[in-house]
Amino acid sequence: MLVNIKINGKDYQADSSLTILKVARRYHIHIPTLCYMFHEETNLEHKPASCRVCVVEVKGKRNLVPACATTVYEGMEVTTNSIKCIEYRKNIVELLLSNHPNDCVYCAKNNRCELQSLAAELGIRNVHYHGELSQKNEYKNIRGLMKNPAKCILCNRCTAVCREVQSIEAIVPTMRGFKTVISSPSKCITCGQCIQVCPTGALIQEDNTFQVEKLLADPTKFVVVNTAPAVRVSLGDEFNYPAGADVTKKMVASLRELGFDKVFDTNFGADLTIMEEATEFIERYKSGKNLPLITSCCPGWVKFIESFYPELLHLPSSCKSPTEMFGAIVKSYYAEKNHLDPKDIVVVSLMPCLAKKREAARTELSNDGYQNVDIVLTVKEYADLLKRRGIDLRELPDADFDHPLGESSGAGDIFGNTGGVIEAVARTASKWLSGEVKDVNFTQVRGLSGVREALVRVSDDISLSLCVCSGLKGARDVLEKIKRGEAHYDAIEIMACPGGCVNGGGQPIRQDMEQINVIRARQKGIYDIDKNKLVRISCDNEEIKELYHDYLIAPGSEKAHELLHTVFHDSSKA
Amino acid sequence: MKSNKELFAELDTFIEEKHNDPSELIAILHKAQGLFGYLPMNVQQFIADKLKINVSRVYGVVTFYSFFTMVPKGDNVINICLGTACFVRGANDLLARVEEILKIKNGETTPDGKFTLTTLRCVGACGLAPVMQINDKTYGNLKVDDIDGILSQY
Repeated sequence: MLVNIKINGKDYQADSSLTILKVARRYHIHIPTLCYMFHEETNLEHKPASCRVCVVEVKGKRNLVPACATTVYEGMEVTTNSIKCIEYRKNIVELLLSNHPNDCVYCAKNNRCELQSLAAELGIRNVHYHGELSQKNEYKNIRGLMKNPAKCILCNRCTAVCREVQSIEAIVPTMRGFKTVISSPSKCITCGQCIQVCPTGALIQEDNTFQVEKLLADPTKFVVVNTAPAVRVSLGDEFNYPAGADVTKKMVASLRELGFDKVFDTNFGADLTIMEEATEFIERYKSGKNLPLITSCCPGWVKFIESFYPELLHLPSSCKSPTEMFGAIVKSYYAEKNHLDPKDIVVVSLMPCLAKKREAARTELSNDGYQNVDIVLTVKEYADLLKRRGIDLRELPDADFDHPLGESSGAGDIFGNTGGVIEAVARTASKWLSGEVKDVNFTQVRGLSGVREALVRVSDDISLSLCVCSGLKGARDVLEKIKRGEAHYDAIEIMACPGGCVNGGGQPIRQDMEQINVIRARQKGIYDIDKNKLVRISCDNEEIKELYHDYLIAPGSEKAHELLHTVFHDSSKA
Repeated sequence: MKSNKELFAELDTFIEEKHNDPSELIAILHKAQGLFGYLPMNVQQFIADKLKINVSRVYGVVTFYSFFTMVPKGDNVINICLGTACFVRGANDLLARVEEILKIKNGETTPDGKFTLTTLRCVGACGLAPVMQINDKTYGNLKVDDIDGILSQY
């Protein structure tokens, strides 16, 4: 129902289901917020009204009301910027600061902290209250996730995302009153979505950049890097490119500038993954066993099924993830070909993902005693490293990946989008089953919603029933259906982060909470890269063909299994 | 005394009566604390598994309510009244003395498991203020010097 309201003396019409904040935002009336979050990509509105920063005056009400949690009504008269509002807000933020560490200068979130910008916006130059810290001001490293409860303002955005988006509840508020603290994670899959929404420095990620710098400076090491598909459309964010801009060539140039011996593409590994996974899929499909095949590229998702659905561990593809496959090939095929000792090779992976750090440490992801991947840097870390070295992407010339292991098909590129892996599988499976692919664009599987289903025709007589999940809440629903025997798919793609890697936990910290346009721009960026590639199907990648011809023999061969496949463990009791 | 296995079986039956419904968590925790005397992590994990929720949610509830405890209560529970009447007549000094003798703080249990020290607000015996209870026995009109003698009886 439409109602007439006044905001700051001006007339507006708005639906009565909306909050003051939503109406104000629609008309570009600024009301500061802190604990409030609109997680647009999953349509999650988090409005605990606990910080009280968004308080406004409503005529006839004795107390100020929180704009985020108060709905509008006919005749409502709201004032957002009265002296009373401004004074209250200042006071509230001063109280928040009274027990907040004031080590901003060397805080990892310096210049990216919402509390800091809010204090600046409100013109706070002095804190009139001095309280003790509620917790010790120190970071605890939990598998790459760094947690400092002293910097937590208890907005509970992180716990909301963990519960509502990922259905995990690895972190929850514990204790009460002044002692309230967000718990240490339990069965955390380190997707990093909590870090993406934390307004302060309470949740950040581990920093491995100094380790990489040392290795780059070591002349005895042959340091190679591989870059995930979703990095090239997000790294530009940190260098004032528009959202979703393809900065592949600048990124390659920057990596070379830093001194990496070789700059390769994870997309090569992605094409390799498709060769193995499509082979595995066709085998399973023909035998009718262990269906649906579920993709296994996403380490957050792998940890999820290991922790919560160990009884379904026969379903994920045994393929290693693209970057792990890439690492295995560098330290075997590439090393042999170039007379390098694998002990001197360091594989660095530039990823949009926090969970990759933990994946790299998995002992089974190694061959001949060497980990496939040695160090993982996220986009955040890499951008920081470039800035530290004074390298600006914009000032660099264009450069191309090294070869071999730098070539990729468009199917490798789309791994960065939700639906991309399954589309890539469909392209190759289609080619193998029917000899040619009329249209490589299986657009039915594309999109952004948490669970999507599609019937995809891969040959004259075969249509595949596919499902795509991004965000683990949807994935959990689908797995429950499979357990109850209510869902019958041939293959499922699951990505832990909503939207896939383009919205990964290692991507640059979101600048505003309405991230959906950023995700869409990145998705488009990736599909454009794919569209402009001459080779669109993984099995047509010449360097991949060469690798099989020279070394691996055939997809699914013994050699391929040794290097490119892995096992999963039940970690539900861990 | 019932074995641990029997206690878990009884808890399991109770949870099933509640249809493994996570919204019954608090009732289940009450039952569990009644059975085990406290809520150690393995009991919380058991409940979480039965309700198909992450143990962190159980932990969040356990730590929120002061009624729930994760440490076993001692053989003897000391309750010192900190209600207004007792307080103005020096209950705080009694508390300090007990803490000094037992070398524990309010809310803690001695390492030998003999005493748990807690406080409460008014037992309704203001005429006897200040009052201390040990288990079911009430001691009134106490002076700090009485504490040693009373504790030595246990």
